[in-house]
Amino acid sequence: MTVPAVSGATVNTRSRRSRLAERLVFLGPGLAYLIVLLLIPLATVLSFSLFRRGRFGGVIYEASGDNLVRLADPIYLDIVLGSLRIALVATLVALLLGYPTAYLIARLPRKWKTIALVAIVLPFWTNLLIRVYAWIVLLSGPGLVNSALGKLGLGPFEFLYNQGTVVVGLVYSYLPLMVLPLYAAIERLDPRLAEASANLGARPARTFVSVTLPLTLPGVLTGCMFVFVPSFGNFVIPELLGGGRSIMVGNLIRDQFLTARDWPFGSALTLALLAVLIVLLLLQAWSARRA
Amino acid sequence: MLQITDVSRRFGDVPALSGVSLEIRQGEFFALLGPSGCGKTTLLRILAGFEEPDAGTVTLDGADLLTQAAHRRPVNLMFQSYALFPHMTVAKNVAYGLERERLPKAEIRERVAEVLEKVGLTETAGRRPDRLSGGQRQRVALARAIVKRPRLLLLDEPLSALDKKVRAEMQLELKRLQHEVGITFVVVTHDQEEAMSLADRIAVLNAGRVEQVDAPVTLYERPATPFVAGFVGANNLFRGTACTGGLSCEGLGVLAGPDGLEEGASALLAVRPERVVLAESGAERDSAGDDADAAEGVEAQDGSGDAVEAVQDTLEGAEVVAEGQGTSPEANAPDVNNAPSGAIEGAGALRGRVADVSFYGGVSHVSVLVPGRDGVVLVATQGATRVQVGSSVTLTWAAEDGVLIPQ
Repeated sequence: MTVPAVSGATVNTRSRRSRLAERLVFLGPGLAYLIVLLLIPLATVLSFSLFRRGRFGGVIYEASGDNLVRLADPIYLDIVLGSLRIALVATLVALLLGYPTAYLIARLPRKWKTIALVAIVLPFWTNLLIRVYAWIVLLSGPGLVNSALGKLGLGPFEFLYNQGTVVVGLVYSYLPLMVLPLYAAIERLDPRLAEASANLGARPARTFVSVTLPLTLPGVLTGCMFVFVPSFGNFVIPELLGGGRSIMVGNLIRDQFLTARDWPFGSALTLALLAVLIVLLLLQAWSARRA
Repeated sequence: MLQITDVSRRFGDVPALSGVSLEIRQGEFFALLGPSGCGKTTLLRILAGFEEPDAGTVTLDGADLLTQAAHRRPVNLMFQSYALFPHMTVAKNVAYGLERERLPKAEIRERVAEVLEKVGLTETAGRRPDRLSGGQRQRVALARAIVKRPRLLLLDEPLSALDKKVRAEMQLELKRLQHEVGITFVVVTHDQEEAMSLADRIAVLNAGRVEQVDAPVTLYERPATPFVAGFVGANNLFRGTACTGGLSCEGLGVLAGPDGLEEGASALLAVRPERVVLAESGAERDSAGDDADAAEGVEAQDGSGDAVEAVQDTLEGAEVVAEGQGTSPEANAPDVNNAPSGAIEGAGALRGRVADVSFYGGVSHVSVLVPGRDGVVLVATQGATRVQVGSSVTLTWAAEDGVLIPQ
């Protein structure tokens, strides 16, 4: 009786060890990549926020809390809150546009579904800069939209270089990231649940509010995260469509590192940005687990 | 009460329903029975308003049902998959339909509690559906559907997801509930036993058409069409032409059956396995041996294990059809004609050899190979049988036990 037990135990340890080796083989490269190219540089940059600035950029390694105190300065706080607002509005607009789109795609026949999904992802195959420049061509003073409106006797309007344009650019760029998780959630939803709701006397709007929306909420949260995160820290789109002023945190951080040469403060801003995102991600993870 | 007239529905080129007409009475337990793909679920979805017919009318208490939106119909459906809302508790699921009627909260609470007690789920009211067993979910789905006191309750394969023992329990419970609440039930099922045990009347559907509408006993004892004879219960089917005294079947002679069809008309004789009387023909050992050879001859001439397959089919309760025409043993094997025929002259009895005996507890099934017939004749006997594989037997039945179905 004991012999098989002992050999069983050996097999067990051996298989556990080989499983560990297997995991290392599969996870190792990704892990190394993350540590060397993301975690170490990020930790280095974030550590700058605890030191004083050098005169021509760089860091003087003397401990200082000034940078973190400066974050509370209304000028910078306004920019952080403004970025938050722009990112939230962009996320909301993307959700309002993305939900019906995802819903329709999920209810298409299989063949059309694939075509529609490819069409959603297609813009990603073009460079982001080119796509954002296209908006300038469309919206500028003598641009396509204004000349079309001109023929109707309207305009010209100043579309470019304000927060609205930045929202348009963000929504346009990240809408696919909203549609895809929503599609996945809606597609998974048993259509019989909506039928059951109707059968029990619920009008279509009630069915949406009481059944469809709550059951696709994890998809909604994921989609919102996917749009909000890159929007909040974005600097390319506000740079091009927002008129070059530091209207979002991303631009401010870039300016601190490259123009003002205040690396420690730039790093403190980065820390603030990361903190906000981490809190939001934790909230999302928590609510997804509850749902 | 519910009047379905000439309802048709096609999906692309495939007709799901063609000219279905049914009348369902107040307070009735009605079953739509048929194999998968016969259109029964489509009909149910039309009644619930999830599907529209291409043609035909449906009226409930004289009012047109088809022009009403799904959420306005006084018809509730219990889904095959139950379709319980996974994010709501049992009580919330059941209350959902009442909340849509904007009833006072107190009344909703009262009626939910009442119906949960009726289905025995009072303790689970606060649980989510994923914390329930299959039988409990089924009862939540039922409670959710009856709490609205609909004019008509539709049940789509209500018991198919349950294991055998729970299913038997739930069958009784369904019947009791229907009696208690007095709602008209229409149940869709492919399970004939379920339909037989539950329903007051059954409509057998096949390929989008109604084959027969009758009470379970009538359906079983007097099948009106060849499909019903083969689909409802196990049956021995003989193909041939009607004649005085029964059916003239090529290779088997005249088989006992009722009169009533025009002589010479092509017909099917159906004899239930439990109606066949089996007698061991021990006295005729010698000729029985010949019979056995002949039977083997038939099997060999067919060139395959057809007979064996037929036995297996029979065990699964499928129909056994003797091919009187086409690939008749005569056409393939003239020498079989010279072998002693399985039919006993004049008596309308068959002689054959036992190919298989299966004991099911309450009944035994004996498969008998009869020379001149492809496949076997199935005999059901009470309890265990003493007949053994290989022994020679004589099969008889009373003329009135056969059903002659025109083809």
